[in-house]
Amino acid sequence: MKMNRRRFLLGTTVIGGGLLLGYAVTRPTRQFLANRDHAEAGQTFLTTWLRIDPDNRVTVVVPHSEMGQGVLTSLPMMAADEMDADWNLVRVEQAPATDLFANGVLIKGFAMSMGLSVPAFLDRTVDFATLKAAEIMNMQITGGSSSVRFTGEMGMRAAGAAAREMLVNAAAAQWNVAADECDARNSFVHHDTSGRSASFGELASAAAEFAPPRNPTLKTPDRFTLMGTAVPRVDIPAKVDGSAMFGIDAMPAGMLYAAVTTAPVFGGKLARVDNVEAVMQRRGVQRVIELEDAVAVVADNYWRASEALKQLQPVFTDTEFDSSNSSDIFAEFDAALDNNERNEDVYAGDAAEALNSAAETISASYRVPYLAHAAMEPMNCTVHFHDGRCDVWTGTQDNLGIRGRVASVADIDANNVTVHPFYLGGGFGRRLPQSTNTIDQATRIASHFDVPVQTLWSREEDTRQDYYRPAVSSRFRAGLDANGQLIAWENVYIGKNEPVEAAHIAYQVPNQKIDYVESPTHIPFGAWRSVAHSQHSFFLESFTDELAWHANQDPLQYRLSLLQDKPRHRRVLQEAAARAGWTTAAPEGRARGIALQESFGSIVAEVAEVSLTEEGEVRVNKVVCAIDCGRVVNPDTAASQVESGIIYGLTAAMYGQISIENGRVKESNFHDYEMLRLAESPDIDVILLESDDAPVGGLGEPATPPISAAVTNAIYALTGQRVRELPLKNYRFLPPPTEAAGNV
Amino acid sequence: MIELNVNGNTRQLDIESEMPLLWALRNELGLTGTKFGCGIAACGACTVHVDGQPVRSCMTPVSAVRNSQITTIEGLAANAGVNNTLTAVQQAWINHQVPQCGYCQSGMIMAVSAMLAENPNPDAETIERSVSNVCRCGTYPRVSKAIQTLVADNASGNAGTAEGETV
Repeated sequence: MKMNRRRFLLGTTVIGGGLLLGYAVTRPTRQFLANRDHAEAGQTFLTTWLRIDPDNRVTVVVPHSEMGQGVLTSLPMMAADEMDADWNLVRVEQAPATDLFANGVLIKGFAMSMGLSVPAFLDRTVDFATLKAAEIMNMQITGGSSSVRFTGEMGMRAAGAAAREMLVNAAAAQWNVAADECDARNSFVHHDTSGRSASFGELASAAAEFAPPRNPTLKTPDRFTLMGTAVPRVDIPAKVDGSAMFGIDAMPAGMLYAAVTTAPVFGGKLARVDNVEAVMQRRGVQRVIELEDAVAVVADNYWRASEALKQLQPVFTDTEFDSSNSSDIFAEFDAALDNNERNEDVYAGDAAEALNSAAETISASYRVPYLAHAAMEPMNCTVHFHDGRCDVWTGTQDNLGIRGRVASVADIDANNVTVHPFYLGGGFGRRLPQSTNTIDQATRIASHFDVPVQTLWSREEDTRQDYYRPAVSSRFRAGLDANGQLIAWENVYIGKNEPVEAAHIAYQVPNQKIDYVESPTHIPFGAWRSVAHSQHSFFLESFTDELAWHANQDPLQYRLSLLQDKPRHRRVLQEAAARAGWTTAAPEGRARGIALQESFGSIVAEVAEVSLTEEGEVRVNKVVCAIDCGRVVNPDTAASQVESGIIYGLTAAMYGQISIENGRVKESNFHDYEMLRLAESPDIDVILLESDDAPVGGLGEPATPPISAAVTNAIYALTGQRVRELPLKNYRFLPPPTEAAGNV
Repeated sequence: MIELNVNGNTRQLDIESEMPLLWALRNELGLTGTKFGCGIAACGACTVHVDGQPVRSCMTPVSAVRNSQITTIEGLAANAGVNNTLTAVQQAWINHQVPQCGYCQSGMIMAVSAMLAENPNPDAETIERSVSNVCRCGTYPRVSKAIQTLVADNASGNAGTAEGETV
């Protein structure tokens, strides 16, 4: 019954060289199929993701979901830049959830990031975007901070460059001149010598006769026209006048609404439902539907369904976890850390021997609770079964994956399922295809009707039926030699999740022993923005800070001394510290803390400046973040993602706590699962750094992990009190009795 | 029957008097710009204007607003006399590229609009009290900057300008 922690995000489906290498290129090509099935009269697909209309408009088809990260702008920018398309003539479309638009590039990106080799002939080729593997795995995932660095860098740019080459070739053939005498600019191909020019629209059908080049030449950064500029986001105008459509806004004709209560203890089943007759008498109620572990009321208005549900009396079965509390789970974690078999994560040198011979050892234990995602748009999904087919309206991080999921739950062919993409009212990992309890329920509920049914969760249900960020406990022991040098790093923690390197350290320590032990619980878990980094960065950067203070060293200088071989890490630390005024005294009543974390290909340092309220609560006044993401595609959306990541992580550090009581989640809504608001929001200063020759890194997640330790390290500097367990709402801090904070 | 005046239009609705305004707007009138976030008036995603005052519609029964002028995000610009264009607040939201996922932004914009209509030059405390909406994407820094720009424009008599520094 208990779920083993496993690699739940993207790992298991992506790893497997056979799949990756076994289906290199599909024939007929996607370009052909796209033109046959998705182009209207006069339109031409030059690659799967680029379509040109006769009026010279270019449409970029984006195989990712827009959840606020700006992907509908950044990816088209990348394609249009390589293509030399006029941005004013570029339109953006969300890719339909069909096999044709499965995102093979994403698979390649994750495979490469996991160290799997990709044959050279597939590198940076358009054909890789047509990998059959993506179709098999139904992959259109938006996650892992991957859109720009994988789909954009390896897919969109190649597609744009290929299209440009095809258009230039078409023009050259038409004018009977050499292709290298022609140039593309602003959606026209020019032959400057003769003064001839033709629009992309005029050339499109002739260009489509050329096969997409396998290795199109990409621009060098000095030739970028769009990449690197703050192009305004294409989705924002609809988000200021109420016209943007989210899954919850779907309103197909005749739609009914379902309100649901699921077994509060995970694993519980529905035993029986009382009071059904009375509920059926209520206005607008159509039906009460019993599911294996839940009950739904379907009505003609959501409020009517929801009110009726309150009157229903479902009885759920007992489970073996009915008396489980958070304290029991953490006690199990402690016992597991004491007794369970240790699994190797990182072994370097001989940590056991180094610790034995160390002049001094320092130990500390940390832990963090479960967290819910609390996306603003409560989970929902609308499903309509009709004519042996099924339509699905929902906001998801993987439209193609959801198509497969609904088909599987409904036991119909995926080709008979149409998923209608919508904007997501927050994703954060909650709307990934491994976390489909809402989708499954909606499918089962709608299967009783021949009209569309929208299953919409209350905030309470959303909070209590999540796939939570796992609670984790982690223990550390460091060994110092007679000179106080760090010679051994020992860490053992609960449960290894994605990404695999989350507990690894950037610091130079000759002897390392990092282990994990399993301690399964009955709490469902899933990917939560930055996945395992958000817990481990708090542990690693807190313990590093403890070592720095113990050594009587400045926390910045201490870190730098352990990063002699990592110039990019040093640079973000130095830049963030310089902007934050690290070497100057903080304003009266405030102190600063620093933390560092590399994740998803980007390296981040954050300095938090904190103070205390009169009640001893923490107030984060200011955050400076320096991030090296290799290269920046859109500096404005990049900055907004960093701001967003910091506030998401800070909310968790300040308030985030899902408690288990009697097997179920205690918190229910924003009054007891609190959120950071404008009044508590710090000033945030973002420094975007680039590194020549470094691959482009992600931006959606990397700013989240370091903020909690940056804040708690600042609290230590201010009060001398070390925080080893979150959230901060459970503390009332006292200013230090004397001027000396801690053991400075 | 319940008579509601929404965005200048009077509508007769055969609904229960205790139905929250949110669900009358969304499910009965099809005005989906007003969002459901929590159902307990804790997040502000459902904020609309009732006679110009910001109201959390998820806890407001329709019986309480039957003689009032209700404005939703869809009617904000028209109600401000700038039909077919944007209000200064909406334009500032674009200039500062405020929304991310955008789900909370209808409520955020309604809260800020009501605050500035009441007090064109609010102090920090007023802003923090009036704009207590939850945004999980963490757009607060940009919300703050957009408000500062609007307040500065109000102070310089420059209200309603579509110009503005993009961040």
